[in-house]
Amino acid sequence: MAQIELSAISKSFDGADVLKGIDFRIGDGEFISLVGPSGCGKSTLLRIIAGLEPQDSGEVHIDGRPVDGIRPSARNLAMVFQSYALYPHLSTFDNIAVPLRMRRLSAIERLPLLGALLPSRRAKERHIRADIEGIAEQLDITPLLRRKPGQLSGGQRQRVAVGRAMVREPRAFLFDEPLSNLDAKLRVHMRAELAELHRRLKATFVYVTHDQAEAMTMSSRIAVMMGGELIQAGTPAEIYNEPGDIRVAEFIGSPKINILPGRIRKDGGVDVLGTTLKLTCNAAAGDCRIGIRPERIELGTGPFSGTVVHLENLGAEAFVHLAVEGTGSRLIARLADVRHLPAMASLVAFGFAPDAVRLFDPAGKRIELRAEQAERIREPAHV
Amino acid sequence: MSNAHPVPFRAILRHVLLIAGAALMLAPFIWMISTASKPQTEIFSSELHLIPHRFALAENLREAFAKANLLRFLLNGVIVTVSIFVLQVMVALPAAYALAKLRFLGRETLFALVLFGILIPPQATAIPVFLLLHKIGLLDSYAALVLPFTISVFGIFLMRQFFKTVPDDLVDAARMDGISEFGIVWRVMLPAAIPAVTAFGIFSVVAHWNDYFWPLIVLNSEHLRTPPLAVAHFRNNEAGTSYGPLMAAAMVIIAPLVIAFLFAQRRFIEGITLTGIK
Ligand SMILES: Nc1ncnc2c1ncn2[C@@H]1O[C@H](COP(=O)(O)OP(=O)(O)OP(=O)(O)O)[C@@H](O)[C@H]1O
Ligand SMILES: [Mg+2]
Repeated sequence: MAQIELSAISKSFDGADVLKGIDFRIGDGEFISLVGPSGCGKSTLLRIIAGLEPQDSGEVHIDGRPVDGIRPSARNLAMVFQSYALYPHLSTFDNIAVPLRMRRLSAIERLPLLGALLPSRRAKERHIRADIEGIAEQLDITPLLRRKPGQLSGGQRQRVAVGRAMVREPRAFLFDEPLSNLDAKLRVHMRAELAELHRRLKATFVYVTHDQAEAMTMSSRIAVMMGGELIQAGTPAEIYNEPGDIRVAEFIGSPKINILPGRIRKDGGVDVLGTTLKLTCNAAAGDCRIGIRPERIELGTGPFSGTVVHLENLGAEAFVHLAVEGTGSRLIARLADVRHLPAMASLVAFGFAPDAVRLFDPAGKRIELRAEQAERIREPAHV
Repeated sequence: MSNAHPVPFRAILRHVLLIAGAALMLAPFIWMISTASKPQTEIFSSELHLIPHRFALAENLREAFAKANLLRFLLNGVIVTVSIFVLQVMVALPAAYALAKLRFLGRETLFALVLFGILIPPQATAIPVFLLLHKIGLLDSYAALVLPFTISVFGIFLMRQFFKTVPDDLVDAARMDGISEFGIVWRVMLPAAIPAVTAFGIFSVVAHWNDYFWPLIVLNSEHLRTPPLAVAHFRNNEAGTSYGPLMAAAMVIIAPLVIAFLFAQRRFIEGITLTGIK
């Protein structure tokens, strides 16, 4: 329903730059997750889109039209807040009715006592009631319509807040960590519900979270923000598999990606932990860092060996923490088969396929492998 | 202190002290009720007794109502205190909202001025305000009783502190829903702040119902007198030495506050504990 375009958005609070020139285009009907560590400016960016906060420079376009200086309600976006922000003195029904009443009733019709007597108001109230009942049906909150927010559970409040956002049929939905006040189980459930809601409404969703599981499971695209900059945007798979920056690689994925110190030789070969990898790159000789996801580390065979220092058995999978022989490095390997756990303090051989390696330069930028190299290592995983 | 075996001596001592304190506070009131119930002869008898031998409350009340237009004075009290409170709320809430939730240049300076305003006793500004009212010809009117109190810096301060505790998200949600800034004050902040408004209402109504100083200065006409002024005049002129009717009149005048307190006791206490003011 809406395309949102951000160009060169900057914002500072009391001299501290919170957003440093954000350029981003959100397509119609996309589910975009804005992720990043706490304080990186996600909420600020969302509030700028909503119009709750003016940007210092840059422009926001919605459906090709600049909206700067337009009041939040006139932008016709809906926002769901972390605290739900339901009006505590109003029933669920009245909470959901607020945006409709504000839009459809005139100032006189909204007057507390006098307004209720006007026949025009009564007709409009009938429509409002019908709309709210439709929404309540969809969200399964019909029995809660007469209750006050204080009498609702966290999950129910969350649904009411979504209802209040849905009822006005906005051009786009903005969510600011809507699930972070729920317990883990409910969060997983609501995750599925929100994804389902997005499929049904086909509306544009902009979803702020610092929970990467939410971002990975729900979004069509993820935008990773760090320190006021948007450093990478792409599908969840792209962000996970092809991080363009070491900070993205480290932020996405749990447990964290393993980072090992390495060296690029003059001929483009890469040494790590005293072994030369079967790959080359075009970067200049010097230090580099090597990232390998825990699930890409194969235990039992390989040129490296490490001591098991810690085991985490989660039932369906296990994480093996290794201290690499002869260096101070630690790394984590994911073991899919928990029936064959190595013993604590035992020495385990391990290795990884060349295509599991992500190279980063000392500044954290991704180093591409040499083209023909990348081609070749894709076929035989082990050499 | 252990909960299972409370020390009885301590508990008794505590209660004795509390009862003594309460008796001390209540003594004048009890004496007032006692005097209001006695006939003239008993009031002036040398023997001290609390409970009158012959109940004369009805007589005293009748005499009090006959000598002065007590109902009119009570009505004046209601008009003045209610007008003051309503105007104070109409000024204080938007001001407090701006100080608590809006960002603008000079906000902290303005708030410092509000705090400074609390320090100024009303007597200090009485003469200038009196002169001002004289210049605009409002002396000796309801306006003279009401207008000087419409801006309550204490009210602004109290409501600002309370509004600070209302989450910003709620204000933002209201903005997204299309409620105007003034609409937010009345539709979102006021309902959330009812306990604080109640507490403020108690202070305001009690202070202005009982105010003697200001009405004494600005009023001349008898028909505008507020209850405390009326009682004072009652003593000076009409009642002479008849204390029975005087005390009966005093009783009538404090009755509205006492009745209001009894009705809204829980709210009163909630409001006062909530704002942390004793
Ligand atoms: N109104 C404000 N006044 C001053 N500083 C602010 C204001 N709002 C945000 N900031 C600052 O801007 C930075 C970014 O804040 P923001 O709320 O956008 O972070 P976030 O990415 O949403 O973090 P979180 O994940 O913790 O919600 C923070 O350092 C914060 O202190
Ligand atoms: Mg945030």
